[in-house]
Amino acid sequence: MDLTVQGRKAYAYTGGKAIDLRLPCVVFVHGAEHDHSVWVLQSRYLAHHGHGVLAVDLPAHGRSEGPPLASVEAIADWIVALLDAAGVKQAALVGHSMGSLVALDCAARHPARVNRIALIGAAFPMRVSDELLSATRDDEPLAQDMVNIWSHSAYAHYPSNPGPGFWVLGENLRLMQRQKPGVMHVDFRACNDYAAGAERAAQVACPALFILGRRDAMTPARSGRELAKAVKGARVVEIGASGHNSMAEKPDDVLDALTAFLREGT
Amino acid sequence: MSQPSYLRFDTLSLHAGQAPDPHTGARATPIYQTTSFVFRDADHAAALFNMERAGHVYSRISNPTNAVLEERMAALEGGVAGLAVASGQAAMHLGLATLAGAGSHIVSSRALYGGSHNLLAYTLPRFGVETTFVNPRDLDAWRKAIRPNTKCLFGETLGNPGLDVLNIPALAEIAHEHRIPLFVDATFTTPYLMRPFDLGADLLFHSATKFLGGHGVAIGGILVDGGTFDWEASGKFPELTEPYAGFHGMDFQEESTVAAFSLRARREGLRDFGACMSPPTAFQILQGIETLPLRMERHVANTRTVVEFLRSNPAVESIGYPELPEHPDHALAKQLLPRGCGAVFSFSIKGGRPAGRRFIETLSVFSHLANVGDAKSLVIHPATTTHFRMDDAALAAAGIGPGTIRLSIGLEDPQDLIDDLTRALRASQKG
Repeated sequence: MDLTVQGRKAYAYTGGKAIDLRLPCVVFVHGAEHDHSVWVLQSRYLAHHGHGVLAVDLPAHGRSEGPPLASVEAIADWIVALLDAAGVKQAALVGHSMGSLVALDCAARHPARVNRIALIGAAFPMRVSDELLSATRDDEPLAQDMVNIWSHSAYAHYPSNPGPGFWVLGENLRLMQRQKPGVMHVDFRACNDYAAGAERAAQVACPALFILGRRDAMTPARSGRELAKAVKGARVVEIGASGHNSMAEKPDDVLDALTAFLREGT
Repeated sequence: MSQPSYLRFDTLSLHAGQAPDPHTGARATPIYQTTSFVFRDADHAAALFNMERAGHVYSRISNPTNAVLEERMAALEGGVAGLAVASGQAAMHLGLATLAGAGSHIVSSRALYGGSHNLLAYTLPRFGVETTFVNPRDLDAWRKAIRPNTKCLFGETLGNPGLDVLNIPALAEIAHEHRIPLFVDATFTTPYLMRPFDLGADLLFHSATKFLGGHGVAIGGILVDGGTFDWEASGKFPELTEPYAGFHGMDFQEESTVAAFSLRARREGLRDFGACMSPPTAFQILQGIETLPLRMERHVANTRTVVEFLRSNPAVESIGYPELPEHPDHALAKQLLPRGCGAVFSFSIKGGRPAGRRFIETLSVFSHLANVGDAKSLVIHPATTTHFRMDDAALAAAGIGPGTIRLSIGLEDPQDLIDDLTRALRASQKG
C-alpha cells in the first residue's frame, strides 16, 4: 500500500492482502540497501495468520521516495510517522540489521507506540570496517559483493527464498543493485554512527526477542548476545546454520521464532 | 577484514545449490523420485499452497533434485532463479509465454535453430503472438521492428548453425531503451564461454540436453532469470506488476522485487502448461554440469584443431567459425567470447548436396544424428534435417546452403577426428 509519510510517498507491503487495522499490527523494518521483499517468507504468513502487516520500504529504498534518512533515530521517528499515516496506534516491530537498531531505538523512545520488538542480525555497536564503509562510498559494486558474501553462510539453501529454485546469493545481490546509488553509504554510516544503543537497550520496557545466526559474519552472534543482555527480559533464539541473512537462509526458523513470540502478545 | 570472494565457476559447478543430505549424509545429489511431499500439518499445507512458506508440494511445480539444478544454473549464470523444464523448447516457450500473450509481438533474430523458428513463425501466431524476424547483425532493423506491443528481443548467443554472434551489449541497450527485456538462447555457449547477464541480457534459456548434460542421455531445458529487469518501471508487463486472478490477486513484483518473472513462470507456467523435468533427468544433467568447465575447455580445443585442419583441405569451400578472421563476427567474437566460440560450427563442402551425402555416410567416428553438444562428435546436414521446414529464402537468410554440413565436435582424441574427416572428405570428392 502507498502512504504519505513526512510529506513523501512511502510504500509498505501488506502481506498479499489488505491490512486489517483491527488485528495486532507487525511492522517489518529491513536493513541497509534492502527493501520489503526480504521479509516475504515471514510477512506473508503473518498477514494470513491474524496480523496486520506493514513491511516497509524505508525512504529512498524500493518504492519509497527519498532521500535516505541519515541516522537510526531519524528512521525510528519515520516509523512512528508511518504508524500515524497508516492509522496504527501500536505495533510490534521486527527489524533486521540496521532495522534492528531502528526497532530498538523506536521502542525505547516511543514506548507507547511499540508493544514488542524482534531483532534479527542485531549487534551494538554495529561498527562497519573502514574498508567496507569507504567501499560503500567509492565503489558500490565492491561493497555489495563484500556484504553479500559476508551475509551468507552457505551456497546451498533449503527451502530457499522465496522458494525452491531461487538462488539466495544472486537475489540478494540483485536486490542491493536495485537500490538507488548513494543509499548504501548513508545506510552503513547510520549503522556505524549509532551511539545510543546501550542507553536505548536499557530503556526498552516491552518484550524483546533476538534472533541470531551462529555463522553471522556481519553482526556476530556474540555481539547480539551482549546487546540482548542489556535489554531487560530479552530472549535469544540462535539459528545454527545461518549467517546474517537469516530470513532467506533459514526462513522457517525465523518465522517459527517470530510466530511464537508474537503469539504471546495476542 | 580482507576482501572476500565468491566461490569460483569450477567450484560452483560442483557445489552451488547442494549440500550433503542432512538426513543420510549422501554427498551426491539424491534423486527424489516422488510426485508429492508430506505436509507437517494442515496449516503447513495451506501455507505452502499460498506461498506463505517455501517448500515442495508437487513435483510438477518443484522437486528437491530439480531445485539443485535450478539453483546451480542460476549461480553459474549470475542470475536469481532457474526453472528446470522438459526440454529446451519448453524453456523457450515458458519464457515467452510468461512475457507475451494474445496481441503481443516479439522481435527475433532470424538465425535460429529450426525448432525455435517454427515456434515463433508458425505456432505462436495461432495464439495471437506475432514475431518479426531480423538480420541479427542489423541493429537498425531490430530497432525499427519494435512496436508498442513488443514484449522482448530474442536471439541465440551463437546462431544455429552459422554462428552469428549476437551483439548482446548493443541489443540490450536497444531493448532497454524500449523498456523491454532481452531474452537469449545460450545453449551453444554455456555459462563457461559467456555469461549473457554480465553483458546486459535479462533472461536466458538452455537446451540442457546439449553441453550442460554433455552425455546425450537426457532431454531437458533450463530457464534462468537474471533479476535485472525492472518490470514495474517498464510498465509494459501487467502480468508481473498487477494482481493476478489466478493466484488470489498476487502481484508478483510486490512479492519479489527481483524475481517476479521466475515466480510467475513457476506459479503459472509450470503449474498450467506442466512441462516439468523429471528428477532423474535433473540428476543426469547435474552429473554433466559437474564437469562442464573441463569439457568445454576440451570441446573448444578440439574444435580449433578441427577447424584448422578443414581450412587446409581442398574439398572444403568455406567454414563458418567466428574465430576465423574471415567470419563477419570475428571482432565481436573476440570481445564477447574470449574463451572460445564453442564446438558447433558449419562448413560447406565442394560438390553440393551429393558430396555432402557421401561425406556424411563415410564418417565413422562422427555420428550422424540430430543433436549437438554431446561428448561424442556429431554431424548433420541442416537443410534436410534440423532446418527442413524453412524455405530456401529463409535458409539462405540463416546462412544455410545445400552443401552446408554442421559438426559438433566432441571430446575424442583430435587426431582420430581428423583421420575420420580426412577419409570422408576424400570420399566426398569421388562422385
